[in-house]
Amino acid sequence: MSDTPRDIPLSSRPAIAHGMRLQWEAAQDAHVLLYPEGMVKLNGTAGAIMSRCDGVRTVADIVADLERTYSQSGLTKDVVAFVALAVQRRWLEAFP
Amino acid sequence: MNTRATAAHALAAPGAAPGRTAGPPLWLLLELTYRCPLHCVFCYNPTDFANTGPELATADWIRVLREARALGAVQLGLSGGEPLARDDLEEIVGEAHALGFYINLITSGVGMTEARIKALKAAGLDHIQLSFQDSTREMNDFLSSTRTFELKAKVAQLIRAHDYPMVLNVVLHRLNIDHVGEILAMAEALGAQYVELANTQYYGWAWLNRQQLLPTRAQLQRAEAVTRTFRERLGAAMQIYFVVPDYFETRPKACMNGLGSVFLAIAPDGTALPCHAARMLPGLELPNVRDADIGAIWYDSPAFNRFRGDAWMKEPCRSCPERVKDFGGCRCQAYLLTGDADNADPVCDLSPHHGLVTEAVARAEGAAAASAAAASTQPHRTPGLTFRDHRVSIPVVIEEKRT
Repeated sequence: MSDTPRDIPLSSRPAIAHGMRLQWEAAQDAHVLLYPEGMVKLNGTAGAIMSRCDGVRTVADIVADLERTYSQSGLTKDVVAFVALAVQRRWLEAFP
Repeated sequence: MNTRATAAHALAAPGAAPGRTAGPPLWLLLELTYRCPLHCVFCYNPTDFANTGPELATADWIRVLREARALGAVQLGLSGGEPLARDDLEEIVGEAHALGFYINLITSGVGMTEARIKALKAAGLDHIQLSFQDSTREMNDFLSSTRTFELKAKVAQLIRAHDYPMVLNVVLHRLNIDHVGEILAMAEALGAQYVELANTQYYGWAWLNRQQLLPTRAQLQRAEAVTRTFRERLGAAMQIYFVVPDYFETRPKACMNGLGSVFLAIAPDGTALPCHAARMLPGLELPNVRDADIGAIWYDSPAFNRFRGDAWMKEPCRSCPERVKDFGGCRCQAYLLTGDADNADPVCDLSPHHGLVTEAVARAEGAAAASAAAASTQPHRTPGLTFRDHRVSIPVVIEEKRT
């Protein structure tokens, strides 16, 4: 199995990977990803993307939502790159 | 610390720089009981656990959960002893889940049934870490002084059937490290997603048995090579953590990311510990949750502030640029080997006591060579092993007082 990031189509529907949990932690002022005996504290961008990965919305939907919410444009490349990295690390699963 | 060191390392540690207030106890470990049906020779529990006071009641544990969660604790380990020995485990899990903890059950599997795993799932348990002592029935049962191998295999199937991530833990040492290939093949066959190959760290019962358990360097290198081939083949599908035995290193582990930084353990009798083994440290007046709330214990007690920052350090740590990385290593190891918990962990080759570690390794090499054939194939001939047992209580003996 390859560990290099694979391409994520804009039509895929990413979801938090099985066995992982994403939650907001006020004490850390951050989203954290919880998994067996470990925790990743997410920065603001990662938290904003991952909290939208519900297995229903497509990557394109998530990009549109983020661009609207933060009044920005051209986020596609960054979001796709992050989702690919998160899939590689098994934080996210991307369904076609 | 055998099974938990990596967990603490995986946490994003805010650290506790001098002059700054400490961050919250993000990682909470409840050692619910010292009762355990196993008698493992490498157990890190104190060798005088039989002399500790009565276990906390359910209501006490629930109060601890509420107070710790309010401070920001989020990763919860439930261990022991064998946590399944507590018949209120489901209730404790239910409360922890309602509070928002991510809940890890660290178990030998003994006591797990279909009914209990269903109840634990319904209560909100997130993950089960199952320990094996070896890949073969003979060695597993010998090392734990029980007949549990088939039961564990059955529990592994239960874990899978109930849709939990499969996390296996095997503590490695001289008597089983040559079986790493078979252990990883077993893990793959069981569908493990995470495998922790945790080399024994020498505290508690393992400290008593160090001379019999320390592997040789050649064994270690072979085990690492085998682990690499599995990693290359399986990639992220089965993540293998190989916890290196620190006696073979030249720099110490960043134990607990520094005491009082992220980790808080509560012993069965309510004693609050900045690391699993801290009970042995002399002069550390450990607070008890029966007398104080978690906030006061974590932020205000002398014991939890004792090793924060670097003012307590001696040379060579005090002026060492790496002190912010490894925090001087492990306080318990410093105490056990040098008799002074403020010394540098002698694993560090900058420590004037580093020879104590290399000598222990050399002695183990000699002992291993002397009994190589017998020890690797017929563990029953390994003389002098002390099995964890509640019927005996053995005080801590530091290196210089050992004969």
